Amino acid sequence: MERRCLDAQNKGVSTGTTILAATFDGGVVIGSDSRASVGGEYVSSKTINKVIQVHDQIFCCMAGSLADAQAVLKAAKFHLSFHSVQMQSPPQVIAAASVLKELCYNNKDELQAGFITAGWDRRKGPQVYVVSLGGMMVRQSVTIAGSGSTYIYGYVDAKYRPNMTREECLQFATNALALAMGRDNVSGGVAHLVVITKSGVEHVVVPGDKLPKFHDQ
Amino acid sequence: MAATMMMQSRGQNFNEISAQNALVPDWIGTEVSTGTTIMAVEYDGGVVIGADSRTTTGAYIANRVTDKLTPIHDRIYCCRSGSAADTQAIADVVSYQLGFHSIELDERPLVETAAHLFKASCYRYREELTAGILVAGWDRRKGGQVYCVPIGGMLVRQPVAIGGSGSTYIYGFMDSNYKPSMTKEQCLELTAAALTLAMERDGSSGGVVRLASISEDGVERRVILGNALPKVSTH
Repeated sequence: MERRCLDAQNKGVSTGTTILAATFDGGVVIGSDSRASVGGEYVSSKTINKVIQVHDQIFCCMAGSLADAQAVLKAAKFHLSFHSVQMQSPPQVIAAASVLKELCYNNKDELQAGFITAGWDRRKGPQVYVVSLGGMMVRQSVTIAGSGSTYIYGYVDAKYRPNMTREECLQFATNALALAMGRDNVSGGVAHLVVITKSGVEHVVVPGDKLPKFHDQ
Repeated sequence: MAATMMMQSRGQNFNEISAQNALVPDWIGTEVSTGTTIMAVEYDGGVVIGADSRTTTGAYIANRVTDKLTPIHDRIYCCRSGSAADTQAIADVVSYQLGFHSIELDERPLVETAAHLFKASCYRYREELTAGILVAGWDRRKGGQVYCVPIGGMLVRQPVAIGGSGSTYIYGFMDSNYKPSMTKEQCLELTAAALTLAMERDGSSGGVVRLASISEDGVERRVILGNALPKVSTH
């Protein structure tokens, strides 16, 4: 018992979590659950928002240590707005992802944070990038991360199709989050989803009781 | 050979030597494990069971065509995951006990009996064992049944059960795709699809897909080779 308490004190608040992002025909959907837990024993927040806006049409989801992720995102927001002023144009999605990647890679010994970046820009349209723990950055059409993501690899592999419609993609993301939250005890709460297209940004929040139910529930 | 004899003469632990000696490969000190994906589904009239075929010692694949679907009695099979040695030993013990019991009764044993025998061994020796087992079969009393005996020795009956290291990746797929009252063909397709998805993501699962369906009429076994696996991934 003592050993487990110490573990939680040393590790701090961590986002045992499920985050994902997927591209569809004309935009991206990025989403997460809303639970923050201490050592897997206590839910310190039921309604934390892990989908952070870093620029007008670029959002990031954080995974890993909440403290590390918030610190990195704060620095990234600054770098990105400075970059945007210098270039005199909105930043590209890859710029946001690269800023996160530089911070994660150069401080890899101290940090324990991973990110999914999704957004829309004029150059390449809808994009999704994942920056993993050691600082690798990869562009993918769909990506999942966080502790709850292990349970939905099979579902995502089988169900995601490129060029879905907005409604199909939203349903796919909601289902994936619901399935992960149903199996991972450190993911839960509500599903936060953000849809980013050329015309703008739309927030969708699906409360716990409105999430899709599957056969055994 | 020379390296092994040197180790024995010095009376040192195999594992300690492995770490220091460049002549001894890492996998000599690693236990053989069926890091695996196994699955069992009930349908009206029987059960469908499936498994991958990879057995690993560390990063080396000791057997790429393993048969993890082990017969315990005429209409009762078990799917093994965890330590290969532990699960083989337990399965041997249980098939002996069940065979004896069946002769005493002069009729086919119940699946529930087999499951309880597995549970008894797995629970009693839970500190020493690493074994996750699915027991599945058909009997006259309750038809097709699937029982799950995970590490620790719990026993629970479920209409569909998955196990092994690769199973974590297909929980979402199973939760969304399984429906009660499927036919035998649907169960076979679902099992093959789920195992394929797990094998593509789990490094400890792979090889071929072995399937078996058990009903009153008997046991039908089939193998799906790597190039004939269903194309389930969309990207």
